[in-house]
Amino acid sequence: MPEIILPKASEIGRSTTSEVILSAKDLVKHYPIKTGILRRTTGHVKAVDGVSFDLHKGETLGIVGESGCGKSTLGRLLVRLEAPTDGSVEFEGADMAKASGRELRALRRNIQIVFQDPYTSLNPRMTVGDIVGEPLDIHPDVTPKGGRRKRVQELLDLVGLNPEHINRYPHQFSGGQRQRIGIARGIALDPKVLICDEPVSALDVSVQAQVVNLMEKLQDELGLAYVFIAHDLSVVRHISDRVGVMYLGKLAELGEEDEVYDRPTHPYTQALLSAVPVPDPTLRGKREHIVLQGDVPSPANPPAGCRFHTRCWKAQERCRTDVPELILRPDGRGEHFSACHYAEPRAVVDTVDVTDVEPDERFADTDVRDPATIAAVEGQPGMDGPVQDAEGLVEETPEQRAADMSSLTMHDEGHPGKVEDPRP
Amino acid sequence: MTESATVVQAVEATNAAGDVGEARSLGADAWRALRKKPLFWVSLVLITIFVLMAIWPSLFTNTDPDNAVLRQARERPNANAWFGRDIQGYDIYSRVVYGARASILVGVLTTTFTVLLGGAIGTLAAYAGGWVDALVSRVTDIFFAIPLLLGAILFMAATQPRGKPYFVIILLVVTAISILGWPSLARLMRSSVMQVLPNDYVQAARALGASPWRIIRKHIIPNAMGPLIVVSTINLGAYIAAEATLSFLGIGLQPPVISWGVSISDAIVGLRTTPHMLAFPSLFLSLTVLAFIMLGDAIRDAFDPKTR
Repeated sequence: MPEIILPKASEIGRSTTSEVILSAKDLVKHYPIKTGILRRTTGHVKAVDGVSFDLHKGETLGIVGESGCGKSTLGRLLVRLEAPTDGSVEFEGADMAKASGRELRALRRNIQIVFQDPYTSLNPRMTVGDIVGEPLDIHPDVTPKGGRRKRVQELLDLVGLNPEHINRYPHQFSGGQRQRIGIARGIALDPKVLICDEPVSALDVSVQAQVVNLMEKLQDELGLAYVFIAHDLSVVRHISDRVGVMYLGKLAELGEEDEVYDRPTHPYTQALLSAVPVPDPTLRGKREHIVLQGDVPSPANPPAGCRFHTRCWKAQERCRTDVPELILRPDGRGEHFSACHYAEPRAVVDTVDVTDVEPDERFADTDVRDPATIAAVEGQPGMDGPVQDAEGLVEETPEQRAADMSSLTMHDEGHPGKVEDPRP
Repeated sequence: MTESATVVQAVEATNAAGDVGEARSLGADAWRALRKKPLFWVSLVLITIFVLMAIWPSLFTNTDPDNAVLRQARERPNANAWFGRDIQGYDIYSRVVYGARASILVGVLTTTFTVLLGGAIGTLAAYAGGWVDALVSRVTDIFFAIPLLLGAILFMAATQPRGKPYFVIILLVVTAISILGWPSLARLMRSSVMQVLPNDYVQAARALGASPWRIIRKHIIPNAMGPLIVVSTINLGAYIAAEATLSFLGIGLQPPVISWGVSISDAIVGLRTTPHMLAFPSLFLSLTVLAFIMLGDAIRDAFDPKTR
C-alpha cells in the first residue's frame, strides 16, 4: 500500500493528505451455494476474494470492472451491509467488520453509501424531508431536534434542490433529482467516506455530468473521501485520484489515475481500455482493439493461479499455478500496483482528457452552480464551460482536434484529471 | 440544471399548493387526500350507521324483534311493518336492526384479529427468513389443508357454545374463524414484504444504522400493506357469511340470538314465494361489506402518494 502519494499539480487546493482513513485488508466475501432439499452447501460464489487497499482522506478511489466482478459486493462490504467472510475494514483504526451494536452504529455515521438506482433507493411513501431527515432521527446526537428541518433544507440546498420541496414525494422528481436526494441523505451525517455504488450508471448521459460535478463540488466543500464504483471508464477517470481495476473478485491493478489509464501494465486493464470508444472518426480502424477470447469464468469456480490466465494472451505455465501478488511493478516511468507476473506497459489509445480544451461557446455548461450564480451568468454569452458527456466524448473545433491528435500519441503529458471551473 | 428546472416547473403546475409550511408526514398527507374523496365519506357514513345500529338498536326501531305475530307471518312490506314479516311473524326491519350487532362484531373483530396476527407473522417470516420463514410457511400449509367451514364446525362442536352468554358465543365464533383465517393473510403479507425487502431504500436505512423495528415500521409496512388492506376488507364480508353459515348449521349463533346470518338462513325456505324475507337481511349484509371494501380501497389509495 502506498503510504505517501505525491500531490498532483491539479490537486492543489484539494485536501489530499497521506492520512489513511479507510483501509480494507484481504476482504473476502463468499456466498454459499445451497442445493437439494437439505440445503447443503455444495460450493461458494467467491464474489470478493482478497481485496486490500487504503483510502486516503479527501481522495477519490475509483473501482472499475465488468459486471459480476464483485465491485458492488465490495461496496456493500465497506459499509457493512454484508458481513465479510474474512478480512477487515478499518475506519480510522477501528475494525468495522467485527464491530456490532452501538459501536457499529457509531461507525456507520462515518461511512455512507449512495446507490445506483435512484428509483429504488428512495422510499416512495416518505416525503423528501423524511428521507433526508431519517439519518438525523437515527442519530439524534448529530443535530438537535429543533434544528433538523433547517438542516434538511440546508442539505437540499447543498445538493442543488429547492429547499421548499421538502414535502414532496420521490415520484415527483426526475432521475437526476432523485439521485441528488440520495446524495443528500448520504451526506446528512457529515460522513468522512462516501461509497458510491455506480451512482450515475442509471442516469441519462447529460444528467451524469451534473451529478458527477455535484459530487466533486461536495468533495471540495466537505472534504469527503469517495470510493467510486462504476463500469464507465471515462467517468471514473474524470472523478478519481486513484483507480483500482477488478477482475473476478480480485484487484488486477491499482494506481494513480494516469498510471492506470496511460501506462496500464496488467493485460486485463489493457484490454479493458482498448475497448473504450474513441470519439475521433479519423482514428477509426487505426487503433489496436484487444479482443479477449472466451467468457469470464464463473466466480463459483475461479481458475487457479492468475484469475485472468484463461483469457490472457501472455499467459505462461507459471500463471496457471502461481497467484500473482498485487505489488509495485515498473510501468515504464515509475511503478504502481499490478497483479501480473509479466506486467509491462503497452500503449493504448485511451479516453481523451479535455482539461486543456478551450470551452466551445456553442454548447451549454454542465457544471453544477447554485441558482445565484446562474442568475448572475445569465445573459452573458461565451461563459460556458467545456462540454463533456460521461462517455468522454468531446465536441471539438478542428483546431482542437489537431491538438488532441498530438496528445493522443504522446503519453508523457501530465494528466491533471479535473475539469477546471471556467466560471468567473 | 435545465432538466431539473423544467421538471420542477411541471411539478409546480400540477401541485402548486402546500409546498412551504409545516413538515408533513405520510399520515397527514393521507388524511388530506382522504378528506377529498366522496367514496371515503359515503363508506364512512354507512359504517357509522351500521355501528350505531350495533350499539343502540333502539335508536332505529321501537318494535320488539322478539314479538312474533304469527297471524301476520310472511306478510309483504307495508306501512306497519316496513320490511314485512318473516315466517315466525317477526318484524323484519326490527330483526335486521338488532341483527347488526352480531354480524358487525363478528366481521370487524375477525378482520382485526386476522390482520394483526397474519400481518405480524407474515412480516416476521419474510424479514427473519431462514428457519423462521420455513417454519411459518409449513404451519400455514397445514392450516390451508383444513377447509374454513369444516375447521370452524370442529372448533365450535368441541367448545359446546349452546347455552353460553351472547358475547361468549360471538367470541367463540370469532376465534374459530380467526384461527383458520390468518394463514392466508400471513402468506399474502409475507410475499409483499419479500417484494419490498430487496429495495435499496431498505438497504440505505440499514447502512444508516436503523434498528429492525424502525425499518419494519417506517419502510416495510407502509410499502407492503396495500394488498393486505384490500384482501382483508373483502374477507370481512366472507367472515360475516361464514358466521351465517355456522348459524345455519346450528353451531354458531342460535335463536333467540338475532343475526343477519340467522335471518338469511331462516328465509331460504321462502326463496321463491316470499323473497322479501331474504332480500332485506342480505341487502344489509351486502351494504356493510361494500362499505368496508370502499373504505379499504380509499385508505389504500390515500397511503400511496403516486395515486393521489
